[in-house]
Amino acid sequence: MKKIEAIIKPFKLEEVKDALSELGIEGMTITEVKGFGRQKGHTEIYRGSEYTVDFLPKIKLEVVLADGAVAGAVAAIVKTAKTGKIGDGKVFVLPVENAVRIRTDETGDKAV
Amino acid sequence: MKKKTKSMVRLLAALASMAILGAVTSTLHAQSAAAPAPAAAPTPYPANTNAFASASLTNQVAFLEAAHSNSDPTPTGIAYESDPGHNAWMMVASAFVLMMTLPGLALFYGGLVRSKNVLSMLAMCFGITCLVSLLWWAFGYSLVFGTNFTPTGSTSTLGFILGGTENFFFKGVTSAPNSSYAFWVSQNVYSIFQLTFAIITPALIFGATAERLKFSAVMAFVFLWMFVVYFPLAHMVWGSTGLMNGVWNASAKIPAIDFAGGTVVHMSSGWTALILCLILGKRVGHGKEPMPPHSLVLTFIGTALLWVGWYGFNAGSAVAADVIAANAFTTTTLATAIGALTWPLVEWIFKGKPTVLGFCSGAVAGLVVITPACGFVNSTGAVIIGVVAGTVPYIFATIVKNIFKYDDALDTFGVHGIGGTCGALLTGLLVDPNVNGNLQAVSAGTPHNAAMDNGLITAITNHSLVLAQSKAVIITILLAVVGTTIIGYVVKMIIGLRPTAEAEQQGLDITDHDETGYILQ
Repeated sequence: MKKIEAIIKPFKLEEVKDALSELGIEGMTITEVKGFGRQKGHTEIYRGSEYTVDFLPKIKLEVVLADGAVAGAVAAIVKTAKTGKIGDGKVFVLPVENAVRIRTDETGDKAV
Repeated sequence: MKKKTKSMVRLLAALASMAILGAVTSTLHAQSAAAPAPAAAPTPYPANTNAFASASLTNQVAFLEAAHSNSDPTPTGIAYESDPGHNAWMMVASAFVLMMTLPGLALFYGGLVRSKNVLSMLAMCFGITCLVSLLWWAFGYSLVFGTNFTPTGSTSTLGFILGGTENFFFKGVTSAPNSSYAFWVSQNVYSIFQLTFAIITPALIFGATAERLKFSAVMAFVFLWMFVVYFPLAHMVWGSTGLMNGVWNASAKIPAIDFAGGTVVHMSSGWTALILCLILGKRVGHGKEPMPPHSLVLTFIGTALLWVGWYGFNAGSAVAADVIAANAFTTTTLATAIGALTWPLVEWIFKGKPTVLGFCSGAVAGLVVITPACGFVNSTGAVIIGVVAGTVPYIFATIVKNIFKYDDALDTFGVHGIGGTCGALLTGLLVDPNVNGNLQAVSAGTPHNAAMDNGLITAITNHSLVLAQSKAVIITILLAVVGTTIIGYVVKMIIGLRPTAEAEQQGLDITDHDETGYILQ
């Protein structure tokens, strides 16, 4: 089992979700986060006081999958979240020890 | 000390101060009731006592025409009474001005601070509204608009600065007009109208000290400031025996004019704000941490409520639904709109983009600068004032503030202090007697115009009114600066002004009120 953590631009969320649905991946968790990599922030001015805002809003998407589904899911995310401009984000793949479905007590691959 | 002990001490302190206040006020009340009231300053006309029904038809018609045109009904011999039209307008105007504080100013300021301090701005506005109402009823109205400190037929130094005691606790303040101030508006309505001015003036101050002044210090400061600064200044400018009441006091030493409060409201609060924010010092993290407005949406709503409410402030200062109010209504609109156009335009040119905060600031600046002038200038003057309002306060709020680095958090000094000063001086330069009959010499045979006796009309015809205005400006600044310095340090010594640094970091909403403004899922 692996966990995919993807940081993507917020407006790409619907597209990525639809692409994962087409692969049969129905469950995921998303969080609204802030961050930056190489993308610069922007400046805001209030009555002559300038503020540089470094942290940009992003979406963090987390999904846990059986090993076999990982490669396809990563490819789908990268393809749909890409705009070609700085700030597109990153995908991380992490190992997962176990998973349990709370309703049915199933464990392992049956739980994801 | 322990929490329970602290609460007991606070309870005892509150009970003690209430007992003292009760003892003092009942003594004063007994005094003012028992002592033979000194004769009021001479009213220019004899009191009318005859009823309408027993008057001649000619006098009855003349009486009704006097109501219609907001003129003096004394020649008809019929007793004064309030007129429904003028009274209705003044009640609406009072409601509008109250709305300027609750919620206009509250939201304007609330949106400009960080979210952890939003409630502190709302609490400040509400607390001041209630405290000042109490003080106004007990002492304020009489100290501003009373007359018994001035001996009959002459003047006194005290009488120039404060009015009198005859209306303490609203004694004598009924629905009948007080002809010193209005022939056709109930005195109680007039008093409440003026109360709404007395409320918003101190509330303006605390924009400068936002996010780092304790609520208890705000209340204590306002309590003292009303007596030391506001009541004397309002009396000097608007009281019938005031030192600087050019329009109405024939014995005024300084024939200055201020229609709705450029000196009384904006200069007093603005210059007080400057001194207080200097005494207080900067916010923790100022200059390093970003402190942008947490909700310009709230600030915009507050601005719009201020603009609409200000019609009550400016046009209501005519104390009648008459042609002078109509002029003030017009000049207010033009100056505000032009101010709101100019400020963002200056931003667009010099900073690259027009901002919503620029629109809001320009509108408020326009409203401030037109305030003393609205009933005394024409529409062209109003447009000129709008342009000045969009530029001079802009320079102070952005450039000057950044040079001298004082933390006037919400630009009370930049907009109200400087704007009010500009307005007071521009009133002298742009005054047009054609829009206000009280500035015109009256022909022989009609009741004498106070402005003819104190030099106001002479100053207008000589184009030297700006000198009297300058004197009024200087006196206002001195009173605000000296008064605030004294009161600020007194409050600082007795209960302290600032919260601790941790409390300030946590936010005044929690530390002063145990509340959070936004509990979002």
